[in-house]
Amino acid sequence: MIPSAFDFYAPRTLDEAIALLAEHGDEAKVLAGGQSLIPAMRFRLAAPAVLVDINGIGGLDGLRETNGHLAIGALTREAALEEYTFIRERYPLLADAAHVIADPLVRNRATVGGNLAHADPANDHPAVMLAYGAELAAHGPRGARTIPIDDFFTGMFSTSLEPDELLTEIRIPRPGPGSGGAYLKVERKVGDYAISAVAVQLTMDGPTIRTIRIALTNVSPTPIRAEEAERILTGQTLTDATLEAAGQAAAAACDPSADLRGSIEYKRDLTRVLVKRAVRRAAERATK
Amino acid sequence: MSTHQITLTVNGASHSVQTEARTLLVHLIREQLNLTGTHIGCDTSSCGACTVIVNGRAIKSCTMFAVQADGATIETIEGLAGAGLHPLQEGFWEKHGLQCGYCTPGMIMSAKALLAQNPNPSEEEIRYGISGNLCRCTGYVKIVEAIQYAAAKLREQQTQEVPA
Ligand SMILES: Cc1cc2nc3c(=O)[nH]c(=O)nc-3n(C[C@H](O)[C@H](O)[C@H](O)COP(=O)(O)OP(=O)(O)OC[C@H]3O[C@@H](n4cnc5c(N)ncnc54)[C@H](O)[C@@H]3O)c2cc1C
Ligand code: FES
Ligand code: FES
Repeated sequence: MIPSAFDFYAPRTLDEAIALLAEHGDEAKVLAGGQSLIPAMRFRLAAPAVLVDINGIGGLDGLRETNGHLAIGALTREAALEEYTFIRERYPLLADAAHVIADPLVRNRATVGGNLAHADPANDHPAVMLAYGAELAAHGPRGARTIPIDDFFTGMFSTSLEPDELLTEIRIPRPGPGSGGAYLKVERKVGDYAISAVAVQLTMDGPTIRTIRIALTNVSPTPIRAEEAERILTGQTLTDATLEAAGQAAAAACDPSADLRGSIEYKRDLTRVLVKRAVRRAAERATK
Repeated sequence: MSTHQITLTVNGASHSVQTEARTLLVHLIREQLNLTGTHIGCDTSSCGACTVIVNGRAIKSCTMFAVQADGATIETIEGLAGAGLHPLQEGFWEKHGLQCGYCTPGMIMSAKALLAQNPNPSEEEIRYGISGNLCRCTGYVKIVEAIQYAAAKLREQQTQEVPA
């Protein structure tokens, strides 16, 4: 279908974009990669009166690694994540996810910021960033602020961003020695959203898990952390018994709905298995 | 509702056209530029039949507004053949890489962008590279062979162009 009519603006600076959003309020939507918004507009699920296209704003894309963190510009395309070897080497959780998001055509347009701001529980970056404990930078008419990822997702398709705020940067704490990560996703076919997927980021102290964060994709109305599973694994070595206990805790924490991708029981059990495998893979990568 | 005057280069020719903001790039290409080789296969951004190359990157032209292509350089299937068929077109011909042909323009544009980045892809890399393009006829085996044929031919042309 053809989307309903709207006014289109392509600001060149962040300030212009924010001024447009402030002026048009709820009527306006940010257009980034358009790979979620345009399909939604074509289905007339979304019909914004104004689109503010941020693709022409300089400095909103690209990766920068500092001592403290990896900064990802909100407009960075998924394809870019696959093209940097240091991402594969030092951020395997992020590299795993970038490889399985949508398809190569979509990844040439889709942005990391859009994937988070859209807050679709089926999107893959929310769980990834929850597992990393990332921080998000936002800019609005009242200035800049940072939002811890744990406070970002407020409901299905809703975030703590104000309508006149732009997400500008995602900051992943730089993993220290002994850290490892993994993203495991089961999808029906390439380009589909997850039936279930699990993100793990941990640090090992010899054979012992010192810290761990686990987050789940598409098995509840919002992306969630499996906090009980994290608690069970912290300070433990990787035994079959602790992994099974953690997997079961994660399965209990999720709240999936039955749909074309499977029943509630299937999704829970898949999550249990994926948690066990993702923790193992993250730990193997850490010890290397 | 805004309308916009935009300029874009398609297959080497510059076009200045007026477009409504909500016009999708694929509709502009097909209906205003009359380049109907680019197909529309779905309403869900899933099939890749509409694939064109924008500024060097293969994208789904049904999932981008035409106004966003202001100033862009675009390649469509019509731009491929010169004096003879492009090696990719020849590959699809020689290796029977198509049956109904509906997916073929998109498939070829994805393959073109892939080979520009990676002139000697493995079978796995080809399959990964075209994973955004659906074909309901061939089963992909022949498509992969067609792209391998083209890759070899393009590499051959490259070495002939650069005297040792
Ligand atoms: C066929 C297909 C398969 C897909 N499969 C997957 C998949 O497997 N996994 C997955 O995670 N995703 C998948 N996607 C979604 C894709 O990754 C989207 O690109 C992503 O969800 C949104 O990013 P975008 O840049 O395209 O945002 P847009 O579509 O431009 O925007 C999405 C929403 O976020 C808002 N927004 C965007 N950027 C900002 C910003 N900087 N500040 C404030 N608000 C902003 C917009 O206003 C809009 O509400 C798929 C998409 C398609 C078409
Ligand atoms: S027409 Fe199907 S993806 Fe564009
Ligand atoms: S040849 Fe028929 S869809 Fe590919």
